[in-house]
Amino acid sequence: MTPARKKRLLMVLVLVVGVGAATALALVALSDNMLHFVSPTDVHDSGAPADRRIRLGGLVAANSVDRDAETLKVNFVVTDGRYDVPVSFQGILPDLFREGQGVIAHGQLDESGHFHADEVLARHDETYMPPEVMKSLEAAGHPAGASDK
Amino acid sequence: MSAEFGQISLILALLLAGVLAVVPLIGAQRGNQALMRLAPSLAIGHFVFLAGAFAALAVAFIQHDFTVTYVALHSNLLLPWFYRLTAVWGSHEGSLLLWMLLFGGWMLAVAVFSRSLPRPFLARVLSVMGIISVGFLLFILLTSNPFERIVPGPIDGQDLNPLLQDPGMIFHPPLLYMGYVGFAVAFAFAIAGLIGGRIERDWVRWARPWTMAAWASLTFGIALGSWWAYYELGWGGWWFWDPVENASFIPWLIGTALIHSQAVTEKRGAFPAWTVLLSIAAFSMSLLGTFLVRSGVLTSVHAFANDPERGLFILGFMVLVTGGALLLYALRAPRIMTGSGFDWISRESLLLLNNVFFTVSAAMVLLGTLYPLIIDFMGWGQISVGPPYFGAMFILLMTPVVVLLPLGPFTRWKRDQTVRVLAPLALAAVFSILSALIICAVLDAWSLRAFSGWLGGLWLIAGTLAYAVRTARASRRGLPRHQLGMALAHAGVGIFIIGAAMVEAHTFERDVRLAPGQAVEESGYRFQLDEVALVKGPNWRAEEGRFRIFRGEREIAQMNPQKRHYYRGNQTMTEVALRPGLFRDLYIAMGEQLDDSGAWSVRLHIKPFVRWIWGGAVLIGLGGLVSASDRRYRQKRKSEQAAASRTAPASGQPTAQAHP
Repeated sequence: MTPARKKRLLMVLVLVVGVGAATALALVALSDNMLHFVSPTDVHDSGAPADRRIRLGGLVAANSVDRDAETLKVNFVVTDGRYDVPVSFQGILPDLFREGQGVIAHGQLDESGHFHADEVLARHDETYMPPEVMKSLEAAGHPAGASDK
Repeated sequence: MSAEFGQISLILALLLAGVLAVVPLIGAQRGNQALMRLAPSLAIGHFVFLAGAFAALAVAFIQHDFTVTYVALHSNLLLPWFYRLTAVWGSHEGSLLLWMLLFGGWMLAVAVFSRSLPRPFLARVLSVMGIISVGFLLFILLTSNPFERIVPGPIDGQDLNPLLQDPGMIFHPPLLYMGYVGFAVAFAFAIAGLIGGRIERDWVRWARPWTMAAWASLTFGIALGSWWAYYELGWGGWWFWDPVENASFIPWLIGTALIHSQAVTEKRGAFPAWTVLLSIAAFSMSLLGTFLVRSGVLTSVHAFANDPERGLFILGFMVLVTGGALLLYALRAPRIMTGSGFDWISRESLLLLNNVFFTVSAAMVLLGTLYPLIIDFMGWGQISVGPPYFGAMFILLMTPVVVLLPLGPFTRWKRDQTVRVLAPLALAAVFSILSALIICAVLDAWSLRAFSGWLGGLWLIAGTLAYAVRTARASRRGLPRHQLGMALAHAGVGIFIIGAAMVEAHTFERDVRLAPGQAVEESGYRFQLDEVALVKGPNWRAEEGRFRIFRGEREIAQMNPQKRHYYRGNQTMTEVALRPGLFRDLYIAMGEQLDDSGAWSVRLHIKPFVRWIWGGAVLIGLGGLVSASDRRYRQKRKSEQAAASRTAPASGQPTAQAHP
């Protein structure tokens, strides 16, 4: 092999190894940071893993928002029309957080099926429904899912 | 009437684009001067009709023509005139029209400023852009026509999304789109070069200023978007790794790789094929970005309500454009000359590393963005990828870039010695370590992130400065523009890194419950809420918190965050109050009223060095513009022109004889 070819081969090898390592790292990092979307029905059926963070999505149940008078603690219920999950959160809720509106909460379930949210997302647009929430509502046969289609 | 005028203008623009896509290309293949000469005039006409269509929509907004569906949905009688104007690109249909207007603008610029290019080449460039234009105009006319009417129209319209009623929104989409569509110019140059089969340094030199300008616009656009998100969304973050942000960031990363590989190809003729590939990739990623944003396949904070049919059209178009370009590349690439060799230690290999890291980063962001789609499509569940993935991967990939960056300009082309490269940087290295230590001690910011941020940032700034000083001293005329641009951009990266590291590591952030008369003390600042008052705007009313901020006993600021309620559409918006500073921002956002006693939930932030994030980004973009304006690109063209005119009579004679 000529020196030039040797160099080129070495370069290709370095590139292949580097890209391979980067891909492996990326996949590991991906699986570590994946958040699974879970609907109240899923929680009821299979019970989401208690030790990992999930995305819980559904509608904020009517008359369920209960605010603590002294702190920023708030409790509400996320429903898909079939099952309910009680959620607690401490902090400021987004502007578009309303009863009867779609919501997504990030956090963990405890053994009793209570969801502790560390982040609550509602969307920018009044008419917008997160696609996952829409799908899960449809699956649960909720009218909000069907009527918007 | 104006809607019909706009509709007709749009159709005429489509017709011109159709002619432009075919005729000059045929002319260039057949060597027919008359057909080639049509290209610039067609491009100008194309732009005029696009501008006409855009103006027609703007007039419909200004005149409250609610029989136009798009106007009725995104404007109302209470909306101030300047927001009615920006509402033109406030939603899908109009923003595509803006996309096209800017695209037409780039074509116009190419047609006007590139008269010195060889005529067949210019004809091909404009034809390729014509093809893209046909695709997008068909898209607008068939799936997203902003001029559709509803008769009878409503008496009053809906409202423009209140988030978009903001000065930042006036410039964010145009700048972002300038970048997106600007990469179409680099794309068209590459394709024209491939069709012509003459991919050499010339092609790259002509494309460089255009690519740089497009990349600079994209940089400004992304920075503005980040700034807007910071003060308008009310969360106090500056980057969320949201799919829509990623959609603009991926083309930026590819574009960064592209402007660096263009430098190698122009100066040394090395990796020309790679440069062509990157040109194709940059525009494809821009199209992909448009697809991701416009199709609604992604869950995003931007959350545009969308239509799958539109997504399908863009996806098909993207496959067609990218696939066609890659096919052409496969056919023609073997003919592309291969570059000259280079040593391990050389500027080529450093720039190669730059390209590796930037393209891998782009791939990594793309993977994280598309992964949820793939998983969903396979029926494996619905997931989302959290920001920590992007953050971790990005820091990992960019650390070597930061370490190596200052070495690049000091290294010679082809071959160099390690000692010769490192010696002039020794001072910069010592300086950055010492000052990073001192600064972290003074700021009392002892964390790995803050320290490495300062270290990396100062290393970039000092290393770049060392190079700039040396180059300026070596030449009598001082720093040439392209070197100055590079130095600005590289120093900008340093400033950006310092800002990002400080914000991420040492932001103070707290949600508190505050009643009028109460105060919160933090890091030497006392935030005191005096009262919550009711105020009114043209199309909203708001509860306004009246805060006074004390440092010790001295009052340093009054801040009035609002919770706005827009009359139409019944939307609520948080209007944050900011006290910007070179070294820290104070940030207050109103949450909601908690009970009848008048207590509110309030979000308080103290963000150190947050302005440096956008300051750095602006420097990076400015660097691109300064580089693009270098006389070098124009002078060489003139000398070529002179050379061409000298040889012209010789080549002209045989044809003259053939047609007596």
